Amino acid sequence: MKTENDPNLTRDLLRRPPTAIYRWLGDRIFSILVVVLGMTIIFLALGMALVLYGEGAQALQLFGFFGFTRGTTWDPAVQLVFGALPFLFGTLTTSFSALLIALFPAIGVAIFSAEYAPRWLAAIIDNLVQLIAAIPSVVIGIWGIFVLAPWLRDSLYLPVFYWAEASSPWLLPILGNPMGYGMATATIVLSLMIVPYTTALTKEAIRSVPVAQREASHALGATRWEVIRMAVLPYARGGILGGAVLSLGRALGETMAVAMLIGNKNTLPFSIFGAGATMPSVIVNEFREAVGNLHLSSLMAIGFILFIIALIVNMLAAYITRKFSIRGGQLV
Amino acid sequence: MSVILLSFLVFSCGSRDDDTSGKHQNGQQVDLLGAGATFPAPLITAMADEYRDLTNNRVTLNYQSIGSGGGIRQFIEQTVMFGMSEAFLSDEVMNNIQQSTGGRAFNMPITLADVVPTYNIPGINSGLVFDGPLLADIYFGDITHWNDPKIAELNPEISLPNLLITVVHRSDGSGTTNVWTSYLSRVSDRWREQVGYATSVNWPAGIGGNGNEGVAGAVQNTIGAIGYNSLAYAFLNNMSYGSVVNAAGNVIRPSFAATSEAANIDLPEDTRILFTNTPAEYGYPIAGFAWMLIYENLNANNAISNRRIAEELIRFLIWSITDGQTLSESLGFARLPQAAVNRNMDMIRQLKWDGELIGQQVLAETSIGVSN
Repeated sequence: MKTENDPNLTRDLLRRPPTAIYRWLGDRIFSILVVVLGMTIIFLALGMALVLYGEGAQALQLFGFFGFTRGTTWDPAVQLVFGALPFLFGTLTTSFSALLIALFPAIGVAIFSAEYAPRWLAAIIDNLVQLIAAIPSVVIGIWGIFVLAPWLRDSLYLPVFYWAEASSPWLLPILGNPMGYGMATATIVLSLMIVPYTTALTKEAIRSVPVAQREASHALGATRWEVIRMAVLPYARGGILGGAVLSLGRALGETMAVAMLIGNKNTLPFSIFGAGATMPSVIVNEFREAVGNLHLSSLMAIGFILFIIALIVNMLAAYITRKFSIRGGQLV
Repeated sequence: MSVILLSFLVFSCGSRDDDTSGKHQNGQQVDLLGAGATFPAPLITAMADEYRDLTNNRVTLNYQSIGSGGGIRQFIEQTVMFGMSEAFLSDEVMNNIQQSTGGRAFNMPITLADVVPTYNIPGINSGLVFDGPLLADIYFGDITHWNDPKIAELNPEISLPNLLITVVHRSDGSGTTNVWTSYLSRVSDRWREQVGYATSVNWPAGIGGNGNEGVAGAVQNTIGAIGYNSLAYAFLNNMSYGSVVNAAGNVIRPSFAATSEAANIDLPEDTRILFTNTPAEYGYPIAGFAWMLIYENLNANNAISNRRIAEELIRFLIWSITDGQTLSESLGFARLPQAAVNRNMDMIRQLKWDGELIGQQVLAETSIGVSN
């Protein structure tokens, strides 16, 4: 057994690779390796942005960046005019609505599993939540087509539609055709898909609240709910909000399930039950068979705009997490 | 019957290989590379398997179904020996290729796509009759109920329900959409001016399903829905599909024979034609070609490295438009009509390697070998 002043240990240390130049070189090689690997990510992101911009440049130059984002016509056949507004609108609406639907249930699940549930139950919940996150998007899409959409149509959309038809017909254009494939179904499926992310990130934020914080509250005579409300949630709010925005980024980019369920209508106006489209859905739909150069370039330009939105969302998440975080026990 | 045919084929080709083995260094492995449309992929893959067996594993075909757009781009960039597309090359692309390679690009019909209206009306099976203007009105969203007089007029013996029509179209760009919208453009001026035809268009009404299966799913799940699918897909999924009145005024029930018949017309030399709303008297009006794209000057294609590969490619091409077509029906494809085969043969005769008409040479030697 070796101890601090074991002569063998000293000998081992002395027996390190002989020359100083060897050690110096080893350090250098390792740091270069790490720096190169680290920079790869940066160059990868830059390269992706550059390629997307380069391929989309034809459309962006022809219609102008703002002209393209404001354009409402998407006609690859006759006029060859492309505008991204319907897809921009569809993406933002479905993603934000999905986040609104998913956020509070997700926080509830996270609080229960982190604070209330016995350890074995929390483990089961965590595993199931991770399982939902692991289901491939296309499988969720198929389940949506054959199970969820018909069910929503019969038990939610049609009753609401008939009620509106009878009592307030002015609602009908806002509600749209209740056939089951449309914005509402896509939003609901999206919210199901981001619940695992929001839950996991929220739970992580709750877990990072120092034990001392909790114990102090308990010592002051707070009930369990008061501890969560006054000590845990305020402390974790930066992480929770940041996690919510990251989940939003996830919803913005979700492609396959949305493309399968949203009904894919490329013209505004969209309605609640009626068909719509999002930026990823139009790309996945039309990219493969886009024969015209301008058509292809417009799809790439949409990809470029989506890239920018995702970048903004991620920066926003980082900002929120920092801004609302608590330092040194004080609310910032 | 097909077994006998098949074994005959194997026999005849096998013997040909033996006869000419010395002449063409047939022992060497050749890998033909193609890419393009997804629709004909099952047929091309089956042809590849069959052809590999016929040549004793000597000639293999690697086909990547990346979509027509991708097929055309790979063809232009010369990363594949042949492209495959459900839309023929535009004049612009043809001119560019003429300038860059000094020869034409050939569009050779390899198989046919047929598109049938599918619907979901309780109590009504296949056979509801549609005509062009009616389908255009439905897809414009102007005819909203199944008991509309215009539908009733064509179907006097069927009692149609007062049911809302839900229009379903493909959301992904596809050759099926190209054929369907090209038909609607031919039969409706309004459609041609406002919507036009392409692999994806600006649909005036309805919802989009992703792929044949997406449209089929939406139609089968929605009472009162109408969609369009390839005939094979409608068969496989037991969907109700309609008959269509063609240009000659005959009610045509979709079938592979009626599809082949539609293309058995006076084709232009380069076969770049959409024959939707065909003049053929008993042809099914909503059908189109899928083309194999190939350079006239094969040596100008960087993907083909030597003359021997070019000759093997031509051999496969000849086989696929003749004997290879026997695979069609069992896979849900219609056979090429004689008119298209003849045009293809004319084009094959013009294929060159360094100015030498190798297409003609291969054809001459093949027609001796295969006795049909």
